Amino acid sequence: MAEPRVMDIKDQPGFRSIAIICLLVLYIPVLILMIFSLNSGSLVTHWEGVTLKWYGSAFLNQEFHSAAKNTLIISVTATIVSTICATLAAIGMTRVKPWRGLAAAFMVINLPLMVPEIITAVATLSFFALIAGTLGLNFGIGNLILAHTVFCIPFAYMPIRARLEDMDLTLEYAAADLYATPWNAFKRITLPLLVPGIMSGAALAFIVSFDDFTITQLVAGPGQTTLPLYIWNQIRRPMTPEINAISTILLLVSILFVSVSFLIARRRAK
Amino acid sequence: MPEQPGKNAIEVRGVRKVFGTGENQVAALDTVSVSIRENEFFTLLGPSGCGKTTLLRLIAGFDFPTAGEILLHGQDIAPLPPYKRPVNTVFQSYALFPHMTVAQNIGFGLEMLGKPKAEIEARVAQMLKLVKMEALKARRTSQISGGQQQRVALARALAPQPKVLLLDEPLSALDYKLRKEMQIELKRLQNETGITFIFVTHDQEEALTMSDRIAVMSAGKILQVGTPRDIYDRPAERFVADFIGETNFLPGTVVSKQGGVATVKFASSATISAGYPEGFNPTGEVTLVVRPEHADLVPDPTKGTITGTLSNIVYFGTDTHFHVKLDGDGENFIVRHQNSRSSAVTYETGAKVGIQFEEDAARVLKD
Repeated sequence: MAEPRVMDIKDQPGFRSIAIICLLVLYIPVLILMIFSLNSGSLVTHWEGVTLKWYGSAFLNQEFHSAAKNTLIISVTATIVSTICATLAAIGMTRVKPWRGLAAAFMVINLPLMVPEIITAVATLSFFALIAGTLGLNFGIGNLILAHTVFCIPFAYMPIRARLEDMDLTLEYAAADLYATPWNAFKRITLPLLVPGIMSGAALAFIVSFDDFTITQLVAGPGQTTLPLYIWNQIRRPMTPEINAISTILLLVSILFVSVSFLIARRRAK
Repeated sequence: MPEQPGKNAIEVRGVRKVFGTGENQVAALDTVSVSIRENEFFTLLGPSGCGKTTLLRLIAGFDFPTAGEILLHGQDIAPLPPYKRPVNTVFQSYALFPHMTVAQNIGFGLEMLGKPKAEIEARVAQMLKLVKMEALKARRTSQISGGQQQRVALARALAPQPKVLLLDEPLSALDYKLRKEMQIELKRLQNETGITFIFVTHDQEEALTMSDRIAVMSAGKILQVGTPRDIYDRPAERFVADFIGETNFLPGTVVSKQGGVATVKFASSATISAGYPEGFNPTGEVTLVVRPEHADLVPDPTKGTITGTLSNIVYFGTDTHFHVKLDGDGENFIVRHQNSRSSAVTYETGAKVGIQFEEDAARVLKD
């Protein structure tokens, strides 16, 4: 095995029990939610037996369909656009001679991470209201796509930048030395090696957009209900396990998406 | 220094390179001029931070000189970006592209030059053969050993048939045996390809064994350019003598001078004649340099030019180092004897010994 470590945290007293408690607190509510999606009774608090009927009714539910469609349109578009912006920004920030505005530019890109989301939400809402009022412009679902793109950028940016900073610059020098123009060096060397970073950036952006509630709730117009808004509306009425089924579907989609991108990133990194 | 007439591959003329601005300015290269001939194995030798890698990067085009010209076959290339220079580099870290196979790495330069596919394949095959890597051409670069990566890096840089090949301490990551092998391999490749090699190293032994000529650098300046023999036997400055090989430094006083040879008196009042470099006028107190193998130990102190007490005997396998504490000033002086099967005299530490010098063993140098 590997050489002996100075300290192995697993040997510390209490480590195991604390770890187990943390895992239980994190995952028991989710497990309960998933288990009750199989409840044959119509209450989310009283177990009666196993059934798949709530999944059936969820799949037939037109409101759920349209919410899922909206969510996918918004998330996929926002993910693509924000990942492209983040990639360009990361290259621009790591492949330049240091200049005075560099720290400020970094701040501006990452501001959405630091501003409380409700502030961003109100600001975005007033911004779109202003545009609609003065210019008479309304982009429909484009408003939501735009808002999501903006707050997704820093999430996509972080892993891409980390990957760029880890990358051996000598590889780019070697490409230039071997007659690759800057564009060719980027296309043939930098970009292929950046793919794992771009994949995890895109996965993060997708997840953040997929489950956004606060901003979406304020900016969404009529007919622009997304899945989180739909679930929110459902739980204000008497709840049935159908909502558990829908939530479980969302959860599985997220897990699937993150796992796939993780696996791709790991294979590419080898 | 007088330059032989002959075609120069690279001419560096008055090149300065300054890093930083204002008060933090550091001159990595301080007005360096040097000519590198065609088909030459030329080595830039110096301690880390002496500017040798900076000079290499300027020739490669990764950096641009603050002042001065770099000529490649008479044409100024200093303003050209690296991808427009017919010069290729072997990097210290090899910098192989991890997402490509060995063959793809070697073919990359030719591909970027827009060569036809058939020509690239033929040339890659030829290169694989040259560096004996045919069997591993389809491997990823992460699946081959350090020595093999080194060969691929060489093949990749040689494939586009550059006018000049730059090598930035390419052997420093290899273990001793592999390094020895690669030294011979590099010489062979240079002979076979006929390409001018500019080799950067801090390893003086490597420089002496491989180079046609060496430039010794320190603190952004070139101190001496010459053949390994020149540099070793006739160092121009104290730094050169100290950096290359082992050297004894002996204080003395110049008594007289005639035709490039000075007579120098030691503290013990013995005298020795010593040569000195052209353009240097030694007077008064000077430092003599003597290589340990250019001096001889004699058991009878009265027969030595200088005398002392044997303080330590260090056995090195091929030879033995005798440390002598000199009478008078108490300086340490090292004499190197090559070991043979029958050593005529055996010495004991603490014994009084004499030291004799071979002819031309001592030189007076600038401090």
